[in-house]
Amino acid sequence: MKRTITITVNGSRHSAEVEPRLLLVHFLRDELGLTGTHIGCETSLCGACTVSLDGAAVKSCSLFAVQADGAEITTIEGLATNGKLHPIQEAFWNEHGLQCGFCTPGMVMTCKDLLDHNPVPSEQEIRHAIDGNLCRCTGYQHIVNAVKAASAAGGA
Amino acid sequence: MATTTVPAQIEKLVGKGVRRREDPRLLTGTATYVDDIRIPGMHHACIVRSPHPAAIIRGVSTDAARNIPGVVAIFTGEDVKDVGPVPCGAQLPGLRVPDHRVLAQDRVYYVGHAVAVVVATDKYVARDAADAIEVEYDPIPSVGDPELAMKDDAPRVHPQYEDNVAFRYHQEGGDVLKAFADADVVVKQRIISQRLIPTAMETRGVVANYNKGEKSMTIHTSTQIPHLARTLIAGMLGVPENYLRIVAPEVGGGFGSKLNVYAEEALMGYVSMQLGKPVKWIESRRENCLTTIHGRGHVDHLEIAAKRDGTILALKIHILQDLGAYHQLLTPLIPTLSVLMIPGLYRFKNVQADITGVFTNCVPTDAYRGAGRPEATHAIEIMVDRLAAELNIDPAEIRIKNFVRPEEFPFPTATGLTYDSGDYEATLRKALGIVDYDALRREQAEARAQGKLMGIGICTYGEICAFGPSAATPAGGWESATVKVEPSGQVTVLTGTSPHGQGQETSFAQIAADELGVPIDNVVVLHGDTAVVQYGIGTFGSRNTAVGGAALYYALQEIKTKMKRYGEMLLDSGDVTLANGECVCKKTGKSVTVAEIAGAAYRAIKLPPGVDPGLVATRFWEPPNFAYPFGAHIAVTEVDKDTGEVSILRYVAVDDCGNLINPLLVNGQVHGGIVQGIGQALYEHAVYDESGQLLTGELMDYAVPRARMIPWLETSHTITPSPVNPLGVKGVGEAGTIGCSPALVNSVVDALRPVGVKHIDMPMTPQKIWNLLQAGGQA
Repeated sequence: MKRTITITVNGSRHSAEVEPRLLLVHFLRDELGLTGTHIGCETSLCGACTVSLDGAAVKSCSLFAVQADGAEITTIEGLATNGKLHPIQEAFWNEHGLQCGFCTPGMVMTCKDLLDHNPVPSEQEIRHAIDGNLCRCTGYQHIVNAVKAASAAGGA
Repeated sequence: MATTTVPAQIEKLVGKGVRRREDPRLLTGTATYVDDIRIPGMHHACIVRSPHPAAIIRGVSTDAARNIPGVVAIFTGEDVKDVGPVPCGAQLPGLRVPDHRVLAQDRVYYVGHAVAVVVATDKYVARDAADAIEVEYDPIPSVGDPELAMKDDAPRVHPQYEDNVAFRYHQEGGDVLKAFADADVVVKQRIISQRLIPTAMETRGVVANYNKGEKSMTIHTSTQIPHLARTLIAGMLGVPENYLRIVAPEVGGGFGSKLNVYAEEALMGYVSMQLGKPVKWIESRRENCLTTIHGRGHVDHLEIAAKRDGTILALKIHILQDLGAYHQLLTPLIPTLSVLMIPGLYRFKNVQADITGVFTNCVPTDAYRGAGRPEATHAIEIMVDRLAAELNIDPAEIRIKNFVRPEEFPFPTATGLTYDSGDYEATLRKALGIVDYDALRREQAEARAQGKLMGIGICTYGEICAFGPSAATPAGGWESATVKVEPSGQVTVLTGTSPHGQGQETSFAQIAADELGVPIDNVVVLHGDTAVVQYGIGTFGSRNTAVGGAALYYALQEIKTKMKRYGEMLLDSGDVTLANGECVCKKTGKSVTVAEIAGAAYRAIKLPPGVDPGLVATRFWEPPNFAYPFGAHIAVTEVDKDTGEVSILRYVAVDDCGNLINPLLVNGQVHGGIVQGIGQALYEHAVYDESGQLLTGELMDYAVPRARMIPWLETSHTITPSPVNPLGVKGVGEAGTIGCSPALVNSVVDALRPVGVKHIDMPMTPQKIWNLLQAGGQA
């Protein structure tokens, strides 16, 4: 039995009929074509699918789309404005905070959540915040540097 | 067109930490990975896999699945008999190569073995239907451990062979017998390099799209080797190679696990051909743990012979390699790389090495970051520390005593290699200086006096990189590059390598921009599409820059020569220079720009004598030797007596990968490599039970390092250019992984020396260390 949901994503309202079992990440990727949000494990362990839901970083592989009915969501596609990268994206670029890029959208959304709540985090606070996001390429150090740089630039 | 204005000197970019040109698309979610591809009418596939390590298939019931609305087709082993076997690229004397079909036929050989594939209009429906397929299995005895598989009464993985041995390999150099007879001391140790799951963050995925009218096929697949995959998959499917296009789109990490040709790549091609529809298969994380190749899987027995003064005379190694149930592309060759690198950085010339490759009811092992060299480095570096402890010599001192000396290069090793260049002592001394080794040892003595378990571990590693001379590789070791100066003067580089995170779109653009004197923004680097790029070998074995970059360098020289000929014609001069994006007549100072030269070359109203129109150069470059990076890693650790937990207090890495094209990217490679080494040393282990059930089949159970588990990494470099290629680079993709795990194990053994510990196998979990502490150091 399909249900109608309305979700605001990156400032645009979308209404759709979805199966109750449809995962939020599949709604974003397959229904809305926002493929920047990736699926790395389907079990909430890797964080590649992290998006912002009503201002909180959530793992969209572990939510049903119907649970996000009425919510406001920001995905990686919604961070840059008017072609200008968000300061966190810019910092990841400057500090080489990504290699293959697969974890990057989720990682960036998690770091944004951190800086929204803690604008000047310590190294340990950064590592704690991104502990739920796996990166197999960078060894995390350049990501830590990127968050510090974004913080210094007043990045949240 | 000729002018005499002098342009601003264009900044040289090679050697600078230029930020990556790949990143904007990756940072904004606009990159296209396989799962991001959507084609109208595309179907979705889901694979039914064996839950048993070994079983006879009595029947596959698909009726219930076929009745689910949206199910398009179901294929089982019988259907795909005409698809060729999954290829094994290894040729070793006497190698047993079992027939490896894309779907299981009458029996399954490991957990995760593909039995059937369901195709549906929707991926949720495909999964429902896969769950509705009933396979009747008759489980049979199986073996999930390489040592158990060697026992006389072990279940046979492949019933057609009388035992589980797939091959035996022997290599010897020098006079090992005499060296052992001359030795004052012999130390023996059994050392394990455990099975690991490579865990690229992007799992594998395939989109196959057969065009019935054209009889052509395009396969998008997450691979490190698009061209080799095209040749091999074309053979499996019976599609002419030139009708098959392979695209490696954005690839979310590989680490060797995508240096392969997998059953699913050909299977999706077959399904698309049968249905005339595009079909997508995306591997789940559980499937990735179960069915993508694993790495390592060594049980090694070592003996090292030395004089009392610490001079190493000889080494014997026996490698028991857990192959898994089948050979993937390079499975049996990986331990032969361990043999090649077993002498490490040392001068001794007597080596005896044996490999026994054994089948188990597990997923195949194959190349994982380092691929044979971490195992070798781990073995030799653990043995050197054991020897140092036995002889009461400092571990730094015993290494320096045995290093190949700078004046001895090119250095022929006991295993038949020729090390290109190096100053191993200088690199180790730099690392010792960074940690202030003498002060650190004093600090350790004080810590021990207070009852603390503090350790200092050194690893000096060498690795064989830049794969490699074709005669020494299974599929050609050269690499290709094309440089096209377009009519506008903009530059397109096509590389036969297939980078997937390493950043060659940037570093190769740096090289091209410098050579041609054009702004880097005028250069585009393309790769990974067999319809766009001339044949290439791909990305693995730390070869991108050392082989692919060298091919690019030579193609650039060719294009520069041609541009100068056009410059001479346009400037009516026999003496021109090409620099800063211009050809300048030395005599008059008049110049023409790259764009003007390109315009003239394509317009071709007038040609220089004997010169063709256009500005395109392609070079296939054959390397004369491998390159041999090296380095020194030092880990300082403390073990918690109550919990057995290891804390890394300091980690210092001094790597020598020759010249640095882009230091920012080099550091990124070193960091990532070290963290995978930390993963092996402390956390990661693909655990099979004795029957072959994988107990770590998810990220909940398989411990990929997280940010909080990792210390601050202090990296530095020495630079010893390689004479093997014109860029003087050696390769750095695998260095961190190779140097790391022995440094950590030596450090923890050093920490536990006061309680009598002589050796620990990886992963050094708190449980393992706690048990050692309780047992008074005896395992």
